[in-house]
Amino acid sequence: MMRRLFAVFHARNLEFVRDRGTLIFTLLLPIMIVIGMGFVFGGPPRPLFKVGVLGDPAERQAHPFLIERYLQSVPLEDQQAALGKLTHQQIDLLVDLHGPTRYWVNTDSPKGYVVERLLRAAEPAAQREPVTGAAIRYIDWLFPGILGMNMMFSCLFGVGYVVLRYRKSGFLKRLHATPLSAFEFLGAQVLSRLTLIVVVTSILYLGIGSIIHFHSAGSSALLALLALLGALSMIALGLTIAARFSSDELVGGLLNILTWPMMLLSGIWYSLEGSPRWVQWVADVFPLTHLLDGARAVMLDGAGIRQIAPDLLYLAATTLVFLTFGAWSFRWRID
Amino acid sequence: MSTPLLEVRDLVKQYAATTAVAGVTFSVPEGICFGLLGPNGAGKTTTVEIMEGILPPTSGEVRYRGAPLDARFREEAGILFQKTALQDHLTVRHCIALFRGLYAHGLEVDEVIRICALEALVDRDARKLSGGQHQRLLLAIALVNDPAVLFLDEPTTGLDPQARRNFWELVASIKARRKTIILTTHYMEEAELLCDEIAIMDRGRILTQGAPGALLRAHFAEVLLELPRPEFPEAARQLPLKIFDGGDKVEITTHDLEATLRTLLTAHVPLTNLRIRPPNLEDLFLELTGKELRP
Repeated sequence: MMRRLFAVFHARNLEFVRDRGTLIFTLLLPIMIVIGMGFVFGGPPRPLFKVGVLGDPAERQAHPFLIERYLQSVPLEDQQAALGKLTHQQIDLLVDLHGPTRYWVNTDSPKGYVVERLLRAAEPAAQREPVTGAAIRYIDWLFPGILGMNMMFSCLFGVGYVVLRYRKSGFLKRLHATPLSAFEFLGAQVLSRLTLIVVVTSILYLGIGSIIHFHSAGSSALLALLALLGALSMIALGLTIAARFSSDELVGGLLNILTWPMMLLSGIWYSLEGSPRWVQWVADVFPLTHLLDGARAVMLDGAGIRQIAPDLLYLAATTLVFLTFGAWSFRWRID
Repeated sequence: MSTPLLEVRDLVKQYAATTAVAGVTFSVPEGICFGLLGPNGAGKTTTVEIMEGILPPTSGEVRYRGAPLDARFREEAGILFQKTALQDHLTVRHCIALFRGLYAHGLEVDEVIRICALEALVDRDARKLSGGQHQRLLLAIALVNDPAVLFLDEPTTGLDPQARRNFWELVASIKARRKTIILTTHYMEEAELLCDEIAIMDRGRILTQGAPGALLRAHFAEVLLELPRPEFPEAARQLPLKIFDGGDKVEITTHDLEATLRTLLTAHVPLTNLRIRPPNLEDLFLELTGKELRP
């Protein structure tokens, strides 16, 4: 028995090692997860207070208030957007260092009260501007993230593995012998999955929304358009991965290598504000980031089509790029 | 002379280490059943898949109605691969309807179901069919577009004898509708029963081609006598006859049956279990390649 077991064990090891793509991704994935976790949860302890700062970065460095311990300064350029964050208590204080120091404090925020005391200790003459506004509940902020994450898994794995299974079973080869074109086949897959996602996401949106008493601040039609484009982009991405390969492990590895960074960096669980600039650049590549940014803007801030137009355009453009690449690299049969 | 339905010219398929098809040329007139015969690995399936437009050739070409394979060919060809899995969770009717939906013209789903005797199985999950039923479903799918040319790649491999006979009857009925059929097989009985013309392949080349009867007449002017080996006396091996060992039989080939029988009687060889038969395609293949058709 041991001899047969060893023979099978050996053959399996050989097969695995000779499948270079799978091997590389199998090794790369844990490394990427560790690096990603390191960026998010590693480093020095999180600061206790977040202070939005309008003005020259050089002045910021020098200001005695901003070098206090447990305080993180977040550079902001647009005063209106910054005030929005203060209203939602996403930052605890907003300081303007142009000319005489001005600051805005949310009088509904307990942390705002404490951090205001720190500022006045450092600069008693600073001019006070009060604002009010309740904090956005974390659950409200998380809600779009959860919906987006569910969509991501359904889009990537649902489509990727199905096409792979069809190819491996020879079903794709049989379809190839008919007048069906690659674009038609892929289009059908996209539409099928899109329908499923629309139904499931609508149920989740209404179901979870009623449980947590969530009310969207913006237009439902705009939200639906955004969700459609987001789902299309991620389905097309899944098809791109499954367009060519025939190895379960390789496709699984590739899908994992896409989903994990999206899980960590697209802002499903926490805001990326204050993280290094390049992390935000990486995050901006993912369709999920644009879907969630747009969805939060509509759902929490009541943004209109003009504000989220860049996100919509990005999702539409990536859909086109992924689908074109997927159709171009598509293989009906195992090479 | 009219253009053949399918023409295969100087077809070569080269893989990294092997040559699967090494220069094959033949043509198939409309309305016949054309058989490609050969052992496993002879290059039959590769040749047929190039003819189906599924596999690109390394060199050479296939022409359908005088033109390279195009969209019209895909509309008019019906294909049954050696192995095909269908989508999970679909019934027999769903599977046929799916493929019917891929063609502009064709037969009604119910008619295909009737032709392939699938009436009792229409609502069954396609994964729960027996081997013979599954092949009938695949044939139904190959017929949905009412094809002008039907490719059957080893359609009865792995079926039990009863299912195989049923399938042959089905193919014979399709043949009677004047469809052109390209059949690959390593069952000689199948080829003899269904094919009007055959090409015997080995190692990627065609060894001979023609109507089965004409090929046998051309290669064999003799008849074959078979005797059980234990009943054949050792001394009789010295007789002036063409004697071969064939497994548990002794085979004698001759032009003059009467003279051979007289010689055997004179030598007191027991003839109770003697079988006299004409040579078949199996013998022809053995003659051409020196090996059994079915390894």
